[in-house]
Amino acid sequence: MIKRIAPLIGLAAVIVLFALLTGAPERYLSAANLRVVLAQTVIIALGAIGMTLIIVSAGIDLSVGSAIALTSVVTALVLRDTSSPILALAAGVLTGCLIGIVNGLAITLLRVVPFIATLGMLGVARGVAKWIADQQTVNVPRTWLNELAVTFPSRAWMLFAPAVWLTIVLACAMIVVLRNTVFGRRVFALGSNEAAARACGIHVDRLKVAIYATAGLFFGLAGVTQMSRLRQGDPTVAVGVELDVIAAVVIGGGSLRGGEGSIGGAMIGALVMAFLRNGCQQMGWANYVQEIIIGVVIVVAVALDRYRASRTTA
Amino acid sequence: MKLRGVSRRFGATIALDNVDFDVEPGEVHALIGENGAGKSTLLNVIAETIPGVAHIHQELSLCPHLTVAENILLGREPARRGFLLRDELNARARTLLAEFDRTDIDPNTRVMHLSLADQQIIEICRALAADASLILMDEPTSSLQRASVEHLFAIIRRLAARGIAIVYVSHFLEEVREIAVRYTVLRDGRNVISGSLSEITDDELIRAMVGHRHPERSEGPLLRTTSATERPFAALRVTNLSAPPRLHHASFELHRGEILGIAGLIGSGRTEMIRAIFGLTPSTGSITVDRSRLGYLSEDRKGEGLALQLSVADNVTITRFPSRLGWLDLEAQAAQTHEQIERLRIKALPQTRTFALSGGNQQKVALARLLHQRCDVLLLDEPARGIDIGAKSDIYREIANLAASGKAILVVSSYLPELFAICDRIAVMSRGRLGDARPASEWTPDSILEAAIGSDAA
Repeated sequence: MIKRIAPLIGLAAVIVLFALLTGAPERYLSAANLRVVLAQTVIIALGAIGMTLIIVSAGIDLSVGSAIALTSVVTALVLRDTSSPILALAAGVLTGCLIGIVNGLAITLLRVVPFIATLGMLGVARGVAKWIADQQTVNVPRTWLNELAVTFPSRAWMLFAPAVWLTIVLACAMIVVLRNTVFGRRVFALGSNEAAARACGIHVDRLKVAIYATAGLFFGLAGVTQMSRLRQGDPTVAVGVELDVIAAVVIGGGSLRGGEGSIGGAMIGALVMAFLRNGCQQMGWANYVQEIIIGVVIVVAVALDRYRASRTTA
Repeated sequence: MKLRGVSRRFGATIALDNVDFDVEPGEVHALIGENGAGKSTLLNVIAETIPGVAHIHQELSLCPHLTVAENILLGREPARRGFLLRDELNARARTLLAEFDRTDIDPNTRVMHLSLADQQIIEICRALAADASLILMDEPTSSLQRASVEHLFAIIRRLAARGIAIVYVSHFLEEVREIAVRYTVLRDGRNVISGSLSEITDDELIRAMVGHRHPERSEGPLLRTTSATERPFAALRVTNLSAPPRLHHASFELHRGEILGIAGLIGSGRTEMIRAIFGLTPSTGSITVDRSRLGYLSEDRKGEGLALQLSVADNVTITRFPSRLGWLDLEAQAAQTHEQIERLRIKALPQTRTFALSGGNQQKVALARLLHQRCDVLLLDEPARGIDIGAKSDIYREIANLAASGKAILVVSSYLPELFAICDRIAVMSRGRLGDARPASEWTPDSILEAAIGSDAA
């Protein structure tokens, strides 16, 4: 129980701390600022949904940042050439899925550990993105796709950007999938004890490909959102985002050894980092201060988690 | 089930050579042999080639993060359109648990919170859920205490009565006789002899297992003849050692040249006591070591005892690398390792990587590390568990030699014949309390068991 609410306590602590530090809690906690924070965190949060699946199954994916860049370029190219936002959206999401399938096949068919397979993809996807974008940004016509992740939606009743709502809905859906579907439980089984899962007749290889492909859908959607925020496809964007995504999952209670992790926790983890960043910006602290603080927070969050685990099992 | 002429090779080594093997429905069939004889390989072949076989490995294979019910029905979860039917899942798990009168296990508990014995029941339930007609059990009692073994045997008899065939692998001959009717002995990948257990003596079985290499019986009261008179030097004095909740106020003295055995049930606090003495578990009380070095042999060979990826030489010399100014002296290391290999009859070269060795040889490497360390007080936790008879007798002989040369030795063991064979004095641990150490001759198996399972009378 404590495990479940601990990330929430952390989030509350960050918010209260910065509300006091900025000396203007009404501004830090205002709806306007909340919109900024949420719009900033959507990409990380979408990535963290996919990454939770992978980390729970005892895998890892280092190619997220490159996958986001590649899908943002693909989305922009399709949008530019067809002017169809729907086609562009579908192309982006499916490109993410395809990258996941290739990762999954490299892990299962070539027997390469996930760390290395996706490290390779980190380079390949980035390279392909620059190649098909001709090493330039890809400008797109104005469509509703550009409205996906705006901080202040044109329809005021929406309150938050459409992508924020989409992320919330998808997160809830994936919570149900992980908890109440055979697929979800097998993801946990795989991460908990792969040999046992195999001995029980589960097609472990197929399951792994399915996990990386499903996660890829979310990375693709994150790429579409990235394109939407920048209003262009940029092959050099999102460098190192995979580390933020992994950090979100881990702050939310995920274990890199598999078997543990939750979508809800990962969402809170993403928010913790977003509020930290935003708070530092409001304080007018330099970028490097943010980097140091977030680095420390990641280590402290995991250390606290390990400490709790050792207390409960001893 | 009949197998004829099964062979299997790994690279150049022949693991199985033309093996025949039969099991009848409802039969408990003992598969006996030294480590490396091909038992596990044979089980794997059976599990791979015959449908409807459940294989319960020596190391339990459950998913600790999943619930009891999810584990029992893993791979065959009741579902509608991909959605888990949790009520039905739990109901089916409950039905299976009820067959073993274990309605006290909640299907919603995460398996990581169960005891080892209970986890084994979950594995057996899983075999039943799979409608297995043949269950393979590889050393199922190696981590169970006696009461749980009785319970397991009751379950096995129930399974057999339902017509399920069981292949039972064990090193313990008494256990095999208790549960099995027929047996097959494997040696060096061939089946040597099969038949009914009632028509063969233990000596004949052991001879079939080891061939003509060790004709003498390797267990029994043969190694120690010294009397347990008071010795002048206490090498280790432990007073009021406590490490709650598993250990309370343990006190004893261990003398040079003495082997003190600690008997007791698994979980009674024996391992915690050794770990507390060695400083691995925080404790209160006093530990006096008289100008002596301590050496510790963990019961967890793969997890703590050895660095499996390293060579035999690295493992043996790791506590005292021969070096000059920080540079390893590789020739000296090889020579010193070779000495230990000869001494303990380890079947390996100094440069062999340790994971490639059989369990018995790995255990010898772990013991060799203590010998090379030149420690004066040896704390040995289950020094001969799960290894074959040949390796066991080598290890017992070496322990006796060490004591004869003046080392002080503490042995924790769950195997009573082992304690009677090598110990001068034996003390029994029960529920975290250590009884008085008395000469081995004053104990009987019955009195030890009584002390171990007795109430708080320690």
